[in-house]
This record gives sequence, C-alpha cells and structure tokens, in this order.
Amino acid sequence: MLTETAPHFRQPLLKTPFHERQREYSQLDSYVPWAGYSTFDVFTNVEQEYFSVRNASSLYDLTPMVKYRVSGPDALRFLNRLVTRDMGKLSPGKVAYTVWCDDAGKIIDDGTVFCLAANDYRVCTAERQLDWFEASAIGYDVEIREITEEVAALAVQGPISAKLLRGVGIAGIERLKPFEHGEFSMPRAGGGPTVTLMVSRTGFTGDLGYELWMQPQDAEAVWDALMEFGRTRAVRPIGSKALNMVRIEAGFILPKVDFVSAAHTLYLGTERSPIELGLSWLIDYKKGHFTGRRALLQEVARGPRRQLVGLDIEGTKPAYNALLYTEASGRREAGSVTSAIWSPTCKRNLALAMVDAPFIATGSTLWAEVYLNRELVWERRMVRARVVDRPFFAPARRRTTPPADF
Amino acid sequence: MSTGTANRYDAIVVGAGHNGLVNACYLARAGLKVLVLERNSYIGGAAVSRSLYEGFTYSNCSYVCSLLRTEIIRGLELPSHGLQIIPYEGGVTMMRDGGHLAVYDNHDAMRREIARHSRRDAEAYDRYVRDMLRHCRFIKPLLLREPPDPTSFRPRDLQELLFLGKHFHKLGEERMYDTMRFFTMSCADMLEEYFESEIVKAHLSGSSIIGTALGPRSPGSAYVLLHHYMGSIDGAVGAWGFARGGMGAITQALSKSLQASGGTVRASAPVEQILIRGGRAQGVVLEGGEEVYAPVVVSNLDVKRTFLKTVAPEHLPPEFVEQVRRFKIRGSSGKLNIALDGLPHFPSIPQGSPSTRGDMHITDTLEMVERAYDDWKEGRWSREPYVDMLIPTQIDPTMAPDGKHYMSVFVQYCPYKLADGEWTPEKRQAFGNTVIDAIARHSPDFKKLILHAEIRTPKDIENEVGLTEGNIFQGELTFDQLLFNRPVPGYAQYRAPVRGMYMCGSSTHPGGGVMGAPGANSANAILRDLGRLQ
Repeated sequence: MLTETAPHFRQPLLKTPFHERQREYSQLDSYVPWAGYSTFDVFTNVEQEYFSVRNASSLYDLTPMVKYRVSGPDALRFLNRLVTRDMGKLSPGKVAYTVWCDDAGKIIDDGTVFCLAANDYRVCTAERQLDWFEASAIGYDVEIREITEEVAALAVQGPISAKLLRGVGIAGIERLKPFEHGEFSMPRAGGGPTVTLMVSRTGFTGDLGYELWMQPQDAEAVWDALMEFGRTRAVRPIGSKALNMVRIEAGFILPKVDFVSAAHTLYLGTERSPIELGLSWLIDYKKGHFTGRRALLQEVARGPRRQLVGLDIEGTKPAYNALLYTEASGRREAGSVTSAIWSPTCKRNLALAMVDAPFIATGSTLWAEVYLNRELVWERRMVRARVVDRPFFAPARRRTTPPADF
Repeated sequence: MSTGTANRYDAIVVGAGHNGLVNACYLARAGLKVLVLERNSYIGGAAVSRSLYEGFTYSNCSYVCSLLRTEIIRGLELPSHGLQIIPYEGGVTMMRDGGHLAVYDNHDAMRREIARHSRRDAEAYDRYVRDMLRHCRFIKPLLLREPPDPTSFRPRDLQELLFLGKHFHKLGEERMYDTMRFFTMSCADMLEEYFESEIVKAHLSGSSIIGTALGPRSPGSAYVLLHHYMGSIDGAVGAWGFARGGMGAITQALSKSLQASGGTVRASAPVEQILIRGGRAQGVVLEGGEEVYAPVVVSNLDVKRTFLKTVAPEHLPPEFVEQVRRFKIRGSSGKLNIALDGLPHFPSIPQGSPSTRGDMHITDTLEMVERAYDDWKEGRWSREPYVDMLIPTQIDPTMAPDGKHYMSVFVQYCPYKLADGEWTPEKRQAFGNTVIDAIARHSPDFKKLILHAEIRTPKDIENEVGLTEGNIFQGELTFDQLLFNRPVPGYAQYRAPVRGMYMCGSSTHPGGGVMGAPGANSANAILRDLGRLQ
C-alpha cells in the first residue's frame, strides 16, 4: 500500500509500493523526485542497467506516472475534444499515445490513453492534469478521478520480457500486440488467490516490453516473482538514468527536458506545438474540433519555424545542452540540443535538438558547441552534427507478435 | 556649489527613512555633499529596530523584507554594512474549526498540503503562481524607471512611453488582456478564477489588503497582492524574509553605506519648513530656527506632509495643492509588538511543521476578511481582524533572550478616525485586546506568555513615524495612484513644482513597501538634472 511514514512537511515525497523491494537492490541510495514520489535514478551502475534493457529484461517502477480514470456518458466526446488524436478509433483493449494542447496549439502534456470499455478510459500523464482536464470538461457529463495512488505500475522491458512474463505464469502474454492491453493473472508464490494484472504492450524504451498495472497490495508479489525468475537471466531493476538512455535511442521526448508544458512557461515563445516536436502524426484534423486545432492548422499553413530533430554528432562526447550553429565559425545560431547521449548500442553520439526551420531536413549539417573537460582544463570544440532520422534504434522485436522466445 | 561651511550642502534629504537614505547614498556616491535630517532621535522611519522592553528588539513598523531591490542592496554594498536577509520557512492560516492551511517551500509538500483541502486547487496553485510570475515579469522592469509623462512630447518621455508600449506588447495578445484585467479587478474575483477552496482563497487574499483601505472584494485589490509578490530573495521571486536584527538593520546598513560615501545623517533634527526663495529651494529651516542650505532639497516625507505641512502654499500651484489634498492615504493598519516568555502553542498546527517560521494568519474565509473591512468602513477596528503574525526569533537569534520570543503582529483593519471620537489610551488598549483575544482563540497559552506589548494605532504611527494617517505605503496602491499618476498626475517624475525640490518617498512611483526604488529613481532624476548622471 501507499507508504506514508511521516507528515508531508517532513517527507514531501511518497514511496511507491515497490520502494522497499527496490531498496534491497540499491547499492547507491540515489534517489530523485518524480511526480511527488521518491524514485531511484540508479541502483548499481547505469551501463549495466542500460544493457539489461537491450540485452535481457528490466524492471522500472512506473507507479509515479500520473493516472486518471475518465468515465461517463461523454467520456469519448470529452477526450476527443481534449486530445489531438481520434479517440473514436480506440476500441476497448487498445492504447494510444497522444498529446493535448492549449488554444494556441501548444503542448500541455503527452500521455497514453487506455480504452477499458466504451466511455471508460485510463489516461496516464507525465504531470498532474486535473486542473486542465476539469476546465476542459465543462459541459460534458464525465467523471475525472486521479487514481495514481490506487494503481501500482511496473515496466518490464527488454528482449526477453515476454519470456519473463510467461516464466512467472502470465499465460497468453505472447498474443498481446503492440498498443494492446488485457487482463491477465499470475499465480502467487506459495499458493493463494492468483494476482490479477492489467498488462499493456507499451513502453518508453523502443524495445520489446510490457507495462504491468496492479493493485498496490500485489506489487511485492509481482516484483518477487519477476526477480526470482529473472535472477539467472540478467534481469535487473533499472533507474531513471538508464531509462533516459534507451528513450533517447528510441527517439521519445520527455517533458521538462525536450519541451516545457505550455501550462508552465513564463517567457513568451518557449512553448512548443506538436508539429514542432515532430508529432504531426498524432494530429487528426478530420475528427472534428479539438483544443488547439485552429492554431495548428494555421501553423501548418504557415510552415514550422523550428522542429525537434535527431542529430548524429561527430566524436564521442555527448553534446549536452549544446548550442547549434550554421557554420563552424559559430556566427549564427540555429537551435540547441535538448537531450544527448553516447549510445552504447548504436555506437553513435546521439542527440535530440530543437532546430530552426531551414535546417530540419534529414541530411542537413549543423555545428554543435561542445565543452571538453580534460582534468578541469576546459576546451571548447565545434563539432559537426548531422540531422538524421529517428528513431535511432528500432529493433524488429519490439513489434513482432508473438515475440521470439530467446 | 559646495562651499566649505558647515551649514551648506549640495543636497538635503528630509527624513531618514529607507527611501531617504537610499536617495542620499546615490547622491553621495555621485560626489554630492549630502545631509539627511531626521526628526526622531533614531533613524529609519518605518524600517526600524527598537528596544522597548529589556532584552528584546522589535521591528516596530515594517516587519518583512522582500521588495528591497537587489540592485540597491548590491549597488550600495549593504551586505558589507551588515545587512543579511533570511527567507521565511513557511506560512500558515489557522482555521476556526481547528484545521489549517500551511505554506511549504517544497513543491511536493505544498501540493499535498493544498490537496488536503482540494486536489484541484493543489494543481491550480501552480497555474496561479505561473500567472503571478508572468505579471511580475511585466511589472519588474518598470520599478527602477522614472515613469513617463504620457502628455509630454519631450524625447525622454516619448522614449519611455515607447519602452512601456513595447514592453506591454511583448506580453503577447492573451497576456495583455490578462494584465489589463489584473490591474483593475478585485483580489476575490481573481482568486475565484483559480480556486474552489475557501481556505486557499482566504490565505492568499491577505497580501491584497495589507496596508490598504480595500477589502478583498474591492476592485483594484488584485494589484496590491501582486505588489507584495514582486520582491525576491536571491532570485526566488515572491519570497519574503527576515532582516537579521530586525528591519532597522536595513536602515542601519544604509546609514553606514552613506557615511562610507561621505554623507551625514543628523537625528533629532526636525525640519519645520523647506526654504524657498525666488521659486527655488534653498535649504530647510529646522524647528528652533536653525537654517541649513542646499540647492537640492529632497523630501522623504509623504506627499501630503511634504506639501501641506513643510512648504508654504504661496510657492505651489493651487491645482497641485488641491490634488495633493485629494491624494488617498487612508490609515487602515495597526501593529502590535509583543515580547513573549516562550513560544506560544498553536494546537491546529502539527508538531514539527516549519509553517510557524513564516507569516501566520487567522482569517479563514474571504467573507471573514471582507467583514473585517466592513468594520473599518464603519469607523471601528475589525472585531475579527486579519493579522499577519510573525515570530522572527525562531530564526533570528539576535532579537530576544534565549527561549523567549518576539512576535510582530500586523493588523488590518484599524481606522485612523474612529466613528465614536478621537483615539484615547483606553481605546488603544481595547484595540490591542481585540487582537490579543483573536490570537488567543488559536493559542491557549498565548496570553500568559505576554511580557510586554506595544500597541500602535494608525494615529500612533502618524505621530511617531510621520506617515499621514499612518498609511504604511505613503498613499494607497490603487491604479489611479500608480505609475504616471503617482503621487499626482503631471508630477510623477520625482520633481516638485518648485525648482531644486524633489520627492523620494513611497508616495512616488513605484510605491510602498521597503523597496527603495522611489529613493533610487529620485536620485537618478536629481543627478540627471544636475548633469551628473554617469
């Protein structure tokens, strides 16, 4: 259950139902706050955790992800007004990634919508949205309830994930296709009633993977079963640092890193539209009106001013927060890097960057200003950055159904 | 200009309040020989630390440091003259039903605290803070600038108007509408656009009425709230803090900074009249007849006291005098300074909560605050007053003996003129008792901890500090009295209608609070007129 050991003014961050189990695996006691919870950013070693995602399977505690139950006679109408994609196409058992915008067509947040039944949805978001959802729900017969604390969630990601889930007795998991979810059961170690789980074939790693949604009181049983079966198979818990590496390889964007929600911006012009973030494929202009539609149509007509692109950067030093220039002389700026890593799988120096319109085409060349630290002697380097297609890493196994049995 | 004689200076500043001292500091740094004259035996105006009870130091008037501009603190090297500002750790409103709403620094603690009252309000609070910061971003660049005269075609005025216009347009269309609405709307209307929970609205409404003869439902009160939000401590916008050693530490540091630049401060030197000959300020006449001469005379007094009491009317245009007479400067606040034998217990605040190390309140609905205002309108002090209570000695070890505490209680509302006649010592005591009783309803041991209490009505504040009607802002911060209309239209650029005479108090743009901006802007105007602006 929700562990609240001290008043919030002494311990502002909550602990998830997986916290105590995760602590046993943490060698470093390194925590970061995420959406009001204390979470682990690294357990033992970022590289090893990273490779568990690309090599075997990994457990990542998703519980802090903000979750809402959206239901009622107007739930579909409400969601279709709220988000950019057509929720009418989302049938029960399906999941959709989408964004929602303000009237100016700027992104407020991104998230996933799970269709549980007709007019009954679960919406998972990066940041809390009750204020915006309630304001958008005026005139709709819909109930919006935050259920973050009622649902424990665990991401199981990596090439042997299907095998791992089958290994703990979750039968039929191999039939689940990408962006599908279903109800499954797992036998409890030592007997007792089976654990009921919702499993979705979704994730933030670009790899084969699943997300498990369960009641908080079942969290430790599920964790124990997965870690027990995974013990001999290189399965390990991962923290947010390893997750950040794989999500960049997969080309996924992160709020507060690759964009700032229009709900939080103070300066004018720092908000971002889905078009600018390269998410035009999420916008369905034909479904009827939705918040931001008019502004987005204007943006399409005008053409984008800037766009988020993938970069392949010369050298091996990640171009964290680097300014980008049109020439090596550094005279004219053309954007900046939002996320950067050296990719151990691709063996490429990768980045996501917000780049001015003339340079967004694949193949364009820019120059990144990188600072090298040689034993505290800093050097400034201009390195070539090529605009390349995303995702940087997209193995076929992420979509294959049934998944291969490694 | 400067001669060597003892009674001749390049500039005389009347009143050693924080703005007078800031003004004098800048003039002295520009090489002027400056004299600051103070009526009281102590300097500081309304930013003072005084000891009225053995072992205790009170911040007798102003009690919070937030607005003092960083540019001034830095430019006048106040830290090296002893100024240190320590941020609050929290804040709280105690409720009549035993509940409370606390304010915490930590964003997650704050969200969970508000969510106890309303989950949606916990999120709306982020939107509220964002919008306040957006408004602040609009206002702040205007603070340390001389407001342009919109009727003038002088290049400088046109240039400043253009700056204002451009600055406004930078907001973007939607935010321009918001800003316009914000300046004129009531605090209650504004808060109701964000929040559903009564306690959240009540807590936040406090800043909209402090020092102001408005209620939370009066149009214009939203701006007053913003005015209290514009400050910052070390980049934390909206943060409030304690000056170590009390508010007098600010004026003491200013005084030392002034002396380090060669300026002089004279206490117990009340100015009776500003000396004007041939349409020019020539100096001042002190009570007792002593004359001191300077071609520049700056008044830190409020605009009414300056022009209705220290300048003979024949030197002023009658229309100007009429406008000064009409300037709204109504007294609405009282103050209690209390020496306590120990830390009072507040049962509604959980043990260990840092929320007592900040501002504490006891009005838990907007309605209750508005009713407190109704009493003021009817010429009596609020029966259930709004109080802004602080116990700085929880943080500042210098203001009370070990284990004992100093409590500052700012009280809204308290009228300058009572419906039932003049203030008397008995009425002052009755006012103090009303406040003490109100606090005691939230703290059973409060009364028996009281060792000494200084009770100050607006009348007392006027008598002691000199602020007309005891108005802490030297004139209300309503839109009709802001920017190029402060203090009166046509005279918003710190220059009096008499050559060589200037204003530098909070009656001028950008207004009250211990901000220092009027003093600094005024010095700028003087130095520009003297051709000495670097």
